[in-house]
Amino acid sequence: MNAVVSTGLPTALTQHQRRPIKGIPPKTWIIALAVLAAALVAAFILIDLRGNIGYILPRRAIKVGSMILVAYAVGVSTVLFQTVTSNRILTPSIMGFDALYMLIQTGLTFAIGGQALLTMGAPARFVIEVALMVAFSFLLYRWLFTGGGKSLHLMLLVGIVFGTMFRGISSLLQRLIDPSEFIILQDLFFASFNNVDGLLLLVSALAVAAVSVLAWRMRHQLDVLSLGRETAINLGVDHKRSVISVLIICSVLVAVSTALVGPITFFGLLVASLAYQLCSHFRHTSVLAIAVLLGIIALVGGQLVLEQVFAFDTALSIVIEFVGGIVFIALLLKGKVK
Amino acid sequence: MIHVSGVSKRYGTQTVVDDVSCYIKDGGITSIIGPNGAGKSTLLSMMSRLLDMDAGSVTIDGLDVNDTPGRELARKMAILRQDNQLTVRLTVRDLVGFGRFPHHGGRPRIEDKAYIDQALDYLDLSAMADKFVDELSGGQRQRAFIAMVLAQDTDYLLLDEPLNNLDMKHAVEMMRLLRRLTDELGKTVVLVIHDINFASCYSDNIVAMREGRLVHQGAPAQIMQPEVLRDVYEIDIRIEEIEGNRIGVYFA
Amino acid sequence: MASSTMTRSTPAISGRVALARPRGSGGQLAVAGAAVIALAIASMFVGVSDVSLPALLAGDQTAWDIFWISRVPRTVSVILAGMAMSVAGLIMQLMARNKFVEPSTVGTVESASLGILVVTVAVPGASLLAKMSTATVFAAAGTALFLLVLRRIPLRNTLLVPLVGIMLGGVIAAVTTFFAYRYDLLQTLNSWMIGDFSGVLRGRYELLWIVAVLTLVGYLCADRFTMAGMGQEFSTNLGLNYNRVMTLGLIIVSLISAVVVVNIGSIPFLGLIVPNLVSIIFGDNVRRAVPWVAVFGAGFVLVCDIIGRTIRFPYEIPVGVIVSAIGSAMFLYLLLRKRERRG
Repeated sequence: MNAVVSTGLPTALTQHQRRPIKGIPPKTWIIALAVLAAALVAAFILIDLRGNIGYILPRRAIKVGSMILVAYAVGVSTVLFQTVTSNRILTPSIMGFDALYMLIQTGLTFAIGGQALLTMGAPARFVIEVALMVAFSFLLYRWLFTGGGKSLHLMLLVGIVFGTMFRGISSLLQRLIDPSEFIILQDLFFASFNNVDGLLLLVSALAVAAVSVLAWRMRHQLDVLSLGRETAINLGVDHKRSVISVLIICSVLVAVSTALVGPITFFGLLVASLAYQLCSHFRHTSVLAIAVLLGIIALVGGQLVLEQVFAFDTALSIVIEFVGGIVFIALLLKGKVK
Repeated sequence: MIHVSGVSKRYGTQTVVDDVSCYIKDGGITSIIGPNGAGKSTLLSMMSRLLDMDAGSVTIDGLDVNDTPGRELARKMAILRQDNQLTVRLTVRDLVGFGRFPHHGGRPRIEDKAYIDQALDYLDLSAMADKFVDELSGGQRQRAFIAMVLAQDTDYLLLDEPLNNLDMKHAVEMMRLLRRLTDELGKTVVLVIHDINFASCYSDNIVAMREGRLVHQGAPAQIMQPEVLRDVYEIDIRIEEIEGNRIGVYFA
Repeated sequence: MASSTMTRSTPAISGRVALARPRGSGGQLAVAGAAVIALAIASMFVGVSDVSLPALLAGDQTAWDIFWISRVPRTVSVILAGMAMSVAGLIMQLMARNKFVEPSTVGTVESASLGILVVTVAVPGASLLAKMSTATVFAAAGTALFLLVLRRIPLRNTLLVPLVGIMLGGVIAAVTTFFAYRYDLLQTLNSWMIGDFSGVLRGRYELLWIVAVLTLVGYLCADRFTMAGMGQEFSTNLGLNYNRVMTLGLIIVSLISAVVVVNIGSIPFLGLIVPNLVSIIFGDNVRRAVPWVAVFGAGFVLVCDIIGRTIRFPYEIPVGVIVSAIGSAMFLYLLLRKRERRG
């Protein structure tokens, strides 16, 4: 019976599937992961809490707050991006979004000067940067998403090379600007978790909250979009508008995470892949919650382990790049990507 | 009624669909036939707003597909393409349930369940409603997608090469099913099809295309003529009448 | 599915054989060579210190010293590195039978950097030669790893090959960065990853001449690499010792990459864009392409180095930064070119 009809729909249909762990409903996962995440956050804040508590506590709170925000931004942007592009390997950072954001920052410094950028203040700067980012990313990536028949490998490779080019132009511009300006820029770039300031965190949180409202209102359309472009259009979803909305959401979220921690190429891929594995239901509300919680666990837990066990400090992103790169190659070689 | 007027599509300097106009009456099956590269699927994609047209317009029951809101069109017309790739893991019932989306916008009501059950029942899928779509055979999977567009409850149903990749048994089942949909439920079905004999036996109306142009349109008896088919396919096709159907013989 | 729409790169048997019109003749090559020599002469008179033709003719001792100690070595090393990296890219492309690979997209360069890092940490006072040998061994291991992974790629999909290669390089680079971070060598690592000719002086660049020999060997064996790229059975059928040729290619590519990375730093995408441009202009006759690739490579890096020295005068911008920006843009063009033409 099977042999007769096995030539039915493309085999990609089955190969794309990752079998979720059966029997455990998403709600259980969400509760379990939330408990674990909360425990890790508490541990992060409370372990070795000595000395000047009034000084250490707010610092740790900001640090853990920025990690949660980054996990949220990366998890949500990756899942949404993969939904509108109907695949499970493209992510905003692999497609060069965070490199684009850094290029915009460098380009702004180059054009109007670092001092002018600083006096502008974080909120205004953020708005301008995100607006530019949306405009550029839209121009650049529109052709990738509209119209079919494009090879996923081509999109991946083009995205990666775009990222390389953005970084190349950034570093060229950085060397062209005044050394004193460059120092200002460097402070903007390399705000790692250790020196995020409270205002930036607040602005970021507000921006994330704003796009989250937009994403929440789209949640049903997103479920439909995950069936693919043509089925979604058939079911009455305005595909172009959805893609633009998701690009805007992703631009803001990538800007937030890059501003807070700098580029981490493979974090989103890791978190999203694992979330699809765990979540037995297609609803975005479940997948997104699991992805975000996994992100928090990975970041806070990873940082905790690195700090407490190995006594390293900011090497977490390097570890993520290493593991993520291997997972990416494995996904490519397993032929899950067609 | 579907009214196609002056529709064209160009890719660079190449015109894929060239100023096509036609009426498709309500009820019955209309088959679009023609050789490879005739622009059949491109035309169907433009009729169903999957593809933007460069010129012309298409109206379905008076609704212009270019500027009618997507959800309103989705309650009037359903389109099913051949290569339905799913990246998500869904049960058959979940998939069919999506057919109700244009009606409830993400908040299912009680009556939606009735439509889903009906569609599952109609396609004989009730027993496997809780199976995952990727566990089905090719023919079953195709039926699951048809059940989805059936649950969508539209007057018009557009299908792009629904027989592609189906063996004889499943191809015949598919055509009988489409026939039932028109005869029992009064739907208007438009499909792109390669096999002229299936088109001849099951349709009420045939539209023939060649090199992007509509070259002939009419009842099967009018289209299934050696001179007409030679004009469309540029080969000689003998026509035999078997059990009241006109069959083209082109194997020798 | 994707593979069927992509043209597989089979350099020697491609339809782009230079029959239609005589292209890349000896005369043209001589003209191009003369242009490179003119660029080289120009390159010798660019710099912060005043070295001018009148000063040299007047016998100004300081001018002559700077000329011999800094300007000539720099220009020579630009030409050597440009030629060698471009030819190494071509050999890599022949061996992998893929137009989008080169030492910096398959992990060779990253492995070489890891090698230098290991020797720097393990033996702090290691000689340049020791660094180069270690880097070569690592580069060869990294490239071999890529060639092994390559065998697992289904259908040798044209785009999948560079994708996997770039990622492999990324993973190796992550390991390198991690240890560089641990041993506080991130700054030093940067000097290997970004090619820069500003440190080239007489007495410190001569090992670079090794790559001239390697480039020549690459030229003489170009046809064998083409045949080996067709696969083991194909080349054995032609009486070629497949393993020996692949090993030779591996050694040439790794040695060139290691020597250039140790002495100059990485010059990304050079080995990708130059052979591709040559192929677009002159077709895919490999034997005839090699001299053109060498000449174009030298000329391209000369131009980039001159730009780097003048654009922000009196500061210098490393050539690696400029080549990376231009090179990635050209890589994009190469990727999208076919698509656009297909419409």
